[in-house]
Amino acid sequence: MNGLARLRCGESLARPEVPDLAWDELAHALLEAVARGLRVVAYFGAAEDAGTRLYLVLADDREGALAVAGTTVRGESFPSLAASCPQVHLFEREIAEQHGLRAEGHPWPKPVRFAPPLGAAADTAPEIPVVGVTDFYRVDGREVHEVGVGPVHAGVIEPGHFRFQCHGEEVFHLEISLGYQHRGVERALLGGPDRRTVHLMETAAGDTTIGHACAYCEVAEALAGSPAVPRGAALRGIALELERLANHVGDLGALSGDVAFLPTASYCGRIRGDFLNLTAEVCGSRFGRGLARPGGTAFDVDGAMARRLDERLERAAADCRSAIELLWESPSVMERFEGTGTVARAVAEALGLKGPAARASGLDRDARRDHPSGAFRAGSPPVALAASGDVYARAYVRWLEIGHSLDFVRARLAALPPGPTRGEAGGLAPDRLAVSLVEGWRGEICHVALTDGRGRFARYKVVDPSFHNWMALAVALRGQQISDFPLCNKSFNLSYCGHDL
Amino acid sequence: MIRILRARIHQGHRTLAYPDAAPPELPERFRGHPELDPQRCADGCRECADVCPTGAVTPAPALAVDLGKCLFCGECAAACPSGALTYGRDHRLAARRRGDLLVSENEGVRLAAALDARSRRLFGRSLKLRQVSAGGCNGCEAEVNVLGTVVWDVARFGIQIVASPRHADGLIVTGPVSENMRLALRKTYDAVAPPKIVIAVGGCAIAGGPFAGHPEVHDGADAVVPVDLYVPGCPPHPLTILDGLLRLLGRLEDGERAARGPY
Repeated sequence: MNGLARLRCGESLARPEVPDLAWDELAHALLEAVARGLRVVAYFGAAEDAGTRLYLVLADDREGALAVAGTTVRGESFPSLAASCPQVHLFEREIAEQHGLRAEGHPWPKPVRFAPPLGAAADTAPEIPVVGVTDFYRVDGREVHEVGVGPVHAGVIEPGHFRFQCHGEEVFHLEISLGYQHRGVERALLGGPDRRTVHLMETAAGDTTIGHACAYCEVAEALAGSPAVPRGAALRGIALELERLANHVGDLGALSGDVAFLPTASYCGRIRGDFLNLTAEVCGSRFGRGLARPGGTAFDVDGAMARRLDERLERAAADCRSAIELLWESPSVMERFEGTGTVARAVAEALGLKGPAARASGLDRDARRDHPSGAFRAGSPPVALAASGDVYARAYVRWLEIGHSLDFVRARLAALPPGPTRGEAGGLAPDRLAVSLVEGWRGEICHVALTDGRGRFARYKVVDPSFHNWMALAVALRGQQISDFPLCNKSFNLSYCGHDL
Repeated sequence: MIRILRARIHQGHRTLAYPDAAPPELPERFRGHPELDPQRCADGCRECADVCPTGAVTPAPALAVDLGKCLFCGECAAACPSGALTYGRDHRLAARRRGDLLVSENEGVRLAAALDARSRRLFGRSLKLRQVSAGGCNGCEAEVNVLGTVVWDVARFGIQIVASPRHADGLIVTGPVSENMRLALRKTYDAVAPPKIVIAVGGCAIAGGPFAGHPEVHDGADAVVPVDLYVPGCPPHPLTILDGLLRLLGRLEDGERAARGPY
């Protein structure tokens, strides 16, 4: 990777060591790296003295390394690379929105969150487009009709707007327009860390409390130069897998509900709660609020609790088998799962998909193995793969991951490292950059922090896996029946607030 | 089919006996209603207030916790050098008035009062609610959803989440009300036929939660719609939400077993 600086998760880099490339050099490095199989994990702007500086972070999964470079934007626009590298399409729209720039030549230059620029004071902010009012792609012709859904949906779910172009029952195109959940998380993180920071991380996507909190802790620990103590790191790994178990089980139940297979839907709804209650046993909160903190964890698991948790995990494992294996042998379920909402491997790769959705399309990527940190340095669960890229594959990968996570949690509970759960957190080093990659239950979470001369956050970038995966849902719907939308949507189960921040 | 039946037998009957029997036991580390003992506070100590992420804690001499702002993170209790502020396991947190969420010196739990007689007659046996997430993080949304599982089965109380505001008697609002959801929340509220009620679930919907003061949000539902019941928590435990709903409907009296219905 010529011209790019290298580092690993858990390390930090002095900001002057981030190469300041000319635009052409950055574009060339990006395209060349992506052609060699590297992934764009973050591409964002930061307001600096010389103007907006773009930071590019690439992940080299084979080497377990990251590559970083920057370029300063001259003028009001920057050239778009989305047409030749689709995985940057939303990053570029986000840069344009957050920094008041134009992505020159972007095929789809629309708002991402309908939000004011990051640095804009309330009174000087330019006029923001009204949420949901944008230039929707439209198919014209006789017998073509448009279906609009949301922002308020029929279920208890977060808001977003979906617009379908249909011919009869067949969906030609789905456009997803979000931003309704925007709460100003990245703006509020500027100048931190402060006493709110970790709470903003825990609620960036609240169903991924542990995932985002761990990503934050790892960035903070890298910047402080003091990694989490072994016992705390192990407990965070356990909590991350419990979060995966609860959500995967819940998702399989919800998928069953969407194909009207009520036995599994009912059982999984309950078993999901059993896993949440295990997390609550550890830290008092079913969502893991208050558990992960820079330096380790705020709670310990003693021997007696570890044994109790293990007994409950064993029962939950048996309940999972009883409930979920029904799916694969019920023709009425398989008929609806198989061949529905297919995302081809090449498309998944081009869009930079994350997590179970990527693995269901055959992409062998998992940050726990490829960029291990904390508990996963000593070994990570096997990577579950499927090939068909349909609802079935996304469901089956989850089922495989449930088994792997159960084994992982039980093995780690039985062998917790001795010592304290939380080390000295320490202040953040000034003028440095750090990146963390955490494989949350939806996929890889990427956090990037830049500190200023006083060790405060000059920029904090949060990339939830949903940021990449929403586009895959839109693609999966092409050529499907519109009535398959709920099933397809559930098979991705993406975060609205994790996208909107 | 045989395997489905075998699974059915394996999974068993899981619906809670509550409220006919005692509520399920919550984990030892669960953080419910705070317990205050300002006599233990040292003069001028404000360790609790200094660590609170949302300004929910007022230090001694008027030691108090605003449950509406509280994230129940327990940072204050961990910071308190004298044990003057701890979190107990009482799950009953819901209140009818915003002011009732201010907990000061050992006042005990101020339980939510029931709706008036007319509203109870209308909603007591059948309460249909539309849920609106307005910047919620999917924590409160998930815990509201849990009430529909076989464990909690709120349908047995005539409570149901419905798909349209036109079918609803009221709203459950979660989230701090993002500016980008303000209009949608207002329109959804207007689409519910009167008389109607609004239930704010979670710290965000009460006072903005960790996002309080952000220009992108409105610090809670009552900035946009009138609220009839506040359910604190981040997110509230399903038991806390159910407790609030049943008290609102007059189906729980002072924590005793529920009447079969209002009649």
